[in-house]
Amino acid sequence: MSILRMSKTLIKNLLHGPFTIAYPLKKKETYERTRGSIGISIDDCIFCGMCERRCPTNAIRVDKARVSWSIERLQCIQCGYCTEVCPKKCLDMENQYTEPSFGTVRDVHIKCTNTQSPSES
Amino acid sequence: MGNRTIVPFGPQHPVLPEPIHLDLVLEDETVVEAVPRIGYVHRGLEKLVEKRDFQQYTYVAERICGICSFMHGMGYCMSIESIMGAEIPDRAKFLRTIWAEFSRLHSHLMWLGLLADAFGFESLFMQSWKLREEVLDVFEETTGGRVIFSVCDIGGVRKDIKKETLEKILGVLDRMEKELTEIAGVFLNDSTVKLRTRGVGKLSKEAAFELGALGPMARASGIEMDMRTQGYAAYSQLDFKPIIDLEGDSYARTKVRLGEMFQAMDLIRQCIGKMPEGDIKVKITGSPKGEYFTRLEQPRGEVLYYVKANGTKFLDRVRVRTPTFANVPALLETLKNCSLADVPILILTIDPCISCTER
Amino acid sequence: MASEILREISASDLLAETLKLKHAGYRMVAISCTYKEVMELTYSFDLNYDLVNLRILTDTKTELPSIGIIYAYSFLYENEIKELFGVNITGISPDYNDSLYKIPVKTPFGIQE
Repeated sequence: MSILRMSKTLIKNLLHGPFTIAYPLKKKETYERTRGSIGISIDDCIFCGMCERRCPTNAIRVDKARVSWSIERLQCIQCGYCTEVCPKKCLDMENQYTEPSFGTVRDVHIKCTNTQSPSES
Repeated sequence: MGNRTIVPFGPQHPVLPEPIHLDLVLEDETVVEAVPRIGYVHRGLEKLVEKRDFQQYTYVAERICGICSFMHGMGYCMSIESIMGAEIPDRAKFLRTIWAEFSRLHSHLMWLGLLADAFGFESLFMQSWKLREEVLDVFEETTGGRVIFSVCDIGGVRKDIKKETLEKILGVLDRMEKELTEIAGVFLNDSTVKLRTRGVGKLSKEAAFELGALGPMARASGIEMDMRTQGYAAYSQLDFKPIIDLEGDSYARTKVRLGEMFQAMDLIRQCIGKMPEGDIKVKITGSPKGEYFTRLEQPRGEVLYYVKANGTKFLDRVRVRTPTFANVPALLETLKNCSLADVPILILTIDPCISCTER
Repeated sequence: MASEILREISASDLLAETLKLKHAGYRMVAISCTYKEVMELTYSFDLNYDLVNLRILTDTKTELPSIGIIYAYSFLYENEIKELFGVNITGISPDYNDSLYKIPVKTPFGIQE
């Protein structure tokens, strides 16, 4: 009958239970390629500034004098262009998303050098 | 003649997910005229091309729209490749086609859900979106993003799909096809659904041509127009025929889109079967100089990209004419003489994407 | 693949050329505008996937006739170009008088005062 077309689907659905995940209690598994957030292994970084110049949203800032690399988390669009152009391949795409937050969040990474401790600079 | 009333419709409306505003001039319950107003989400992305170099703009182009994001990226990359005379590897062409067809599947599934929502069939809406979730998972696994993929690049694609993943996709398609057949039965045969779509918003073949309708809208009125037949990407090596219908009403548009979904599944299967081995990208050096018009078939219809480059890193102009923009005159025409209760369904049958339209 | 032709015409020939294409069964694909020193309008038409582009070089002061009498659905493109670039297109019907887009700046893509 044309009126009860949906019933089969509905009964199947009823027996199956919810298809959704109860989010804060249970987290959805990420995939190997999931683009979550940009990570850096700061010790390998040579502060060439390639990522800063290529970033489409100007989220990355590199300061060679202060040996610091920073990223505006909410401005980053996770395109992964910086990880591609990085000559030392010290940038990588991590699977985990950044935490939700208010306002701007700038993550700063400073490289520790042996000749000068961070407290002096 | 009754009294004329103007009912403002949108940009915030319970059934309308898109920021379009219409002033509906009513005579009793019947719409006499509709005046559109857009611009609520105008971002000036076409202008941004002067501030970003042509490689960075790939990521901007993708973000014109969230539904056909891959096709926007692909269209832009194809324009630049045509200007620079680059031939991309075969494998990249097939990968692009797979993602493009999955995008079509994902877009049409979303549209089906929204249509069901527009006539108040909530559980059908949930069923369609449940299916769409599987497509999004495929996207996340193959590209890393659920909506914005960032895989299309000038000269090819940035990521390959492994053999095991391709086999997994075939399994997903088989499962989806079964479930989609069930839902399609409801959309096409259920008497309550038919009451809301049959004969609503009829557009004859002549009228569709005169109003410049595109995509599923034109195909549902019997115009056989599909840019994919021009064989861009890997379409020249695949076997398919545009799906058309002659009725021209909302029911026919649903039927055409459902047909295209099964066709998309078939095309993905063909792609996986014929997938050649090899590189996925050629290196592009230098800057483009020249101009080019590229046209592709998006889920909503034909899209036109016009790229003008001057030989530097920065392009002179990128223009995108999206299918929704061209379908608005047809929408305004079908809205005339319809009842107020049918307005949401009529707006949805053109599958509007206002963010696309405003760039 | 389909062919693409680009022809440069003068503004006064626009209606005649468009009418010729309409009689040949072409459909209008798009009107594009580019502003770099000069206003450059491109009218694109399609028949069986072959694209014909008519190009007009103009400025914002010269009056340009609307092709709405030949292709009724050109009004959206013309309204858009008038609003974003400030090209003086006359006789658009319906004319939205710069209210199609809700933008704070006048002619954001054209000449900035």
